[in-house]
Amino acid sequence: MLTYTLKRVLQGIVTVWFIATATFVAMHAVPGDPLANQRATNEQIRLNLEQRYGLDRPVSEQYLVFLGGILRGDFGISFTQENRRVNDIIRENFPVSATLGILAVAFAALGGILLGALTALFRDRVPDLAIMFLVILAISVPSFVVAAFSQLMLVDINAYLGFSLLPVAGWGTLRHMIVPSMVLGLGTMAYLTRLMRSSMLEITSADFIRTARAKGLPPARIFLKHQLRNAVLPVVTVLGPAIAAITTGGFVVELVFAIPGLGRYFVEAVQQLDYTVIMGTTVFYGAFLVSMVIVVDLLYGWIDPRVRLE
Amino acid sequence: MDKQPPTYRDPMSRLAVRQLLWLGALSLAGFVALMGALAWASSITGGSAISGRAVDYETKTITRALAQEPPQLDSTRATDQVSIFVLGHIMEGLLRYDASNRLVSGVAERWDIRPDGATFWLRDDARWSDGRPVTAHDFVFAWRKIVDPANASEYAFILYYVKNGEAINGGQMAPEALGVTAVDDRTLEVEFERPVGFFDKLVAFAVYLPVREDFYDSRDGRYGADVEDLVYNGPFMMTRWVHGAHLRLEKNPQYWNRNAVQLNVIDMPYVTSDTAAVVNLFKDGSIASATLGAEQLDDAMKLRWKLGRYSDGSVFYIDFNFRQERLTSNFHLRRALQLVNDSGELVNKVIGLPGYLPAVSLFPIWLNGVEGPFRQEYPPPVVTPDLALARQHLERAKQELGVTEIPPLVLLTGDAPIANKQAEYFQNLFQRTLELEIRIDKQIFKQRLEKMTSGDFDMVAAGWGPDFADPLTYGDLYASWNGNNRGKYNNPELDEQVRIAQNALDQQTRMDAFGEIQRILIEDAVQLPNYERGLVYVEDPRLKGVVHRSVGTDPDYSTAYLVENP
Repeated sequence: MLTYTLKRVLQGIVTVWFIATATFVAMHAVPGDPLANQRATNEQIRLNLEQRYGLDRPVSEQYLVFLGGILRGDFGISFTQENRRVNDIIRENFPVSATLGILAVAFAALGGILLGALTALFRDRVPDLAIMFLVILAISVPSFVVAAFSQLMLVDINAYLGFSLLPVAGWGTLRHMIVPSMVLGLGTMAYLTRLMRSSMLEITSADFIRTARAKGLPPARIFLKHQLRNAVLPVVTVLGPAIAAITTGGFVVELVFAIPGLGRYFVEAVQQLDYTVIMGTTVFYGAFLVSMVIVVDLLYGWIDPRVRLE
Repeated sequence: MDKQPPTYRDPMSRLAVRQLLWLGALSLAGFVALMGALAWASSITGGSAISGRAVDYETKTITRALAQEPPQLDSTRATDQVSIFVLGHIMEGLLRYDASNRLVSGVAERWDIRPDGATFWLRDDARWSDGRPVTAHDFVFAWRKIVDPANASEYAFILYYVKNGEAINGGQMAPEALGVTAVDDRTLEVEFERPVGFFDKLVAFAVYLPVREDFYDSRDGRYGADVEDLVYNGPFMMTRWVHGAHLRLEKNPQYWNRNAVQLNVIDMPYVTSDTAAVVNLFKDGSIASATLGAEQLDDAMKLRWKLGRYSDGSVFYIDFNFRQERLTSNFHLRRALQLVNDSGELVNKVIGLPGYLPAVSLFPIWLNGVEGPFRQEYPPPVVTPDLALARQHLERAKQELGVTEIPPLVLLTGDAPIANKQAEYFQNLFQRTLELEIRIDKQIFKQRLEKMTSGDFDMVAAGWGPDFADPLTYGDLYASWNGNNRGKYNNPELDEQVRIAQNALDQQTRMDAFGEIQRILIEDAVQLPNYERGLVYVEDPRLKGVVHRSVGTDPDYSTAYLVENP
């Protein structure tokens, strides 16, 4: 187990280094000038700016400076928010994205497992058909539509009630978190519901369930210990990538609900060619994603002992 | 045993359903507990309380949204709209604009502008928020900082009017050589590099704001980075700044003109560039003002909101590439395109936003001339669309260029929806009228700028926003030496007029020069004016006296007030 963990961590480090290098190369290969602004600068002003950001040095040297920065855990200063260190941006805004992400994942996982199990139990009956219809809807409608629509609904509900049931946008209290996290988690929840449903159905007709019923185990025990536990495995597998997708994919939800998360920086930096923020957020998210996958792999071994033996 | 999967009739699945319900209830409880824990955790990392009310008459508080986090509140380096909006409230320069856009006394009580320089006499009661007086030294320090190459200020060029500004910025002289001196605490003496007839308008611009040396040095390179890294001399001061989330301004008790300031708090707990979200917040009664996009107009009409509109100052147009190898360097080709261009049609039928005005000149409608509006004193030559004449010019262009067919022309444009519509309109227009093929080259902002600078286009959809309220902010755009002249238009006749406008002190002479520039731009078909951008907004009826400007702090709440029952 220890060697397995160690191997995975080493692999992860190499992956992150690769992500960093690829991003660095891609970023410099993209046409466009990070220092260009609406106002044309004269030669002198431009030179002063280049010196400030070290862009007057050869690219190879910039790469070494950047790698050195990563090793020290310092991503430099943002190009567009010139007073802020990229580290500060990540430190201040990631917790918000993470909070939103954790809630969304919790909502998606719990909802997906429960609904999936329910649809499997009521296979081809009204509850199953109704839920599966909603699931297809949730998968196919993009999150910016869901976000805008739910916000609009909220405005109408508040107006109808005459008081503010839930805030329309903003961040800070529990009430601000409910709607955005549900919107963010909705797509994943729908996906997990489908996954859970099919894996439940597969398990229900498995031999060991028949055996369990035949030997007269209490039904509740069969359902919990045998069916649910086995059916949940594929769900756990996709949870790792799902967590990463949700925490990095919050851009639209953050924009619509005015949430100060990191997703906004992640997207806007690319549009503005903010080199340091692009590198900082990509490496950070890369490392985050890789570690999520590792955690899920280890978790998988814990739930299913067969994986550990291999 | 049957092979059918169990249904809910099966006693086992009925039990399972019950179990599932239990699990559901437990998960819900777990979810709520998780939310509670995270809410507690996020209160540690700097979440913020939001009042949720647009206007509070009792505490004289208004709540509004901010389009983005202000990127730079160090006035010596700020360049963008949002930062300048915030700086306009928390800082004050020598002069400022009043509610009717006239220059009035700010920190300077009196001033005198001569051909070779200017003197500003500062008021006694101007104070920083920590109670220390605002002195002439604070301006000297800030202005030196702006031209100091180490500070890498993008707006350094706007101080090139001050003696030695350009040389210092180029590293040939020390910052101390800048032609600005504090004769004493209350007198600021400025020497000019060359005569400048609009210096009073320049000092009202955000870049010319004061910075206090001892405070700047005490922040160790973090001046303007956070709420405790600033000291304020404007009508408001910042009391809260959660990056990307929340900005709160409160009335500055040390401000000399504090009795004129009626609002106590401007709270900005929402930061988003999504106009739909901002309008939803307004509808919900959470914020006091919102700018509307085209999508929200119908809704606004239905709700019978009282809409306001104003010009945000910027003008948009098609620029041509005048480099020798480009076909657009041919006058007759440009003239042909000019003769089919109809900015009225573009604005009314294609853009369809009520705030926008068809442009007919580089100089927008809000600029002032000698006495009244510039465009009334100097009406631009009228170009009436004339297809027959346009075709004649096109034939001459083909002859002069020695081609039988004009090869496809590249129209470089941005990626905003409105830029898209506009480009497609022109593609269709030129095809329909002159049978010219237009290739649209759509690029994101930074890439478009790079292509503009390197001359990789025939035509480009461009625009310009003003820095100060003088026609020169537009007038020198096509001077052969101007870096923003990306099509490399080069006309000694126009250059001559720009020099007059820059150096003359007499307003009549200057405005005559701008009139000439306007004439040349249209008669030589240097650009195709498209539209003057306007913004449509709604405001809470209880909020009065907000000033919307085409140049400078916009919107300006320093004279705003609340009424209880509108």
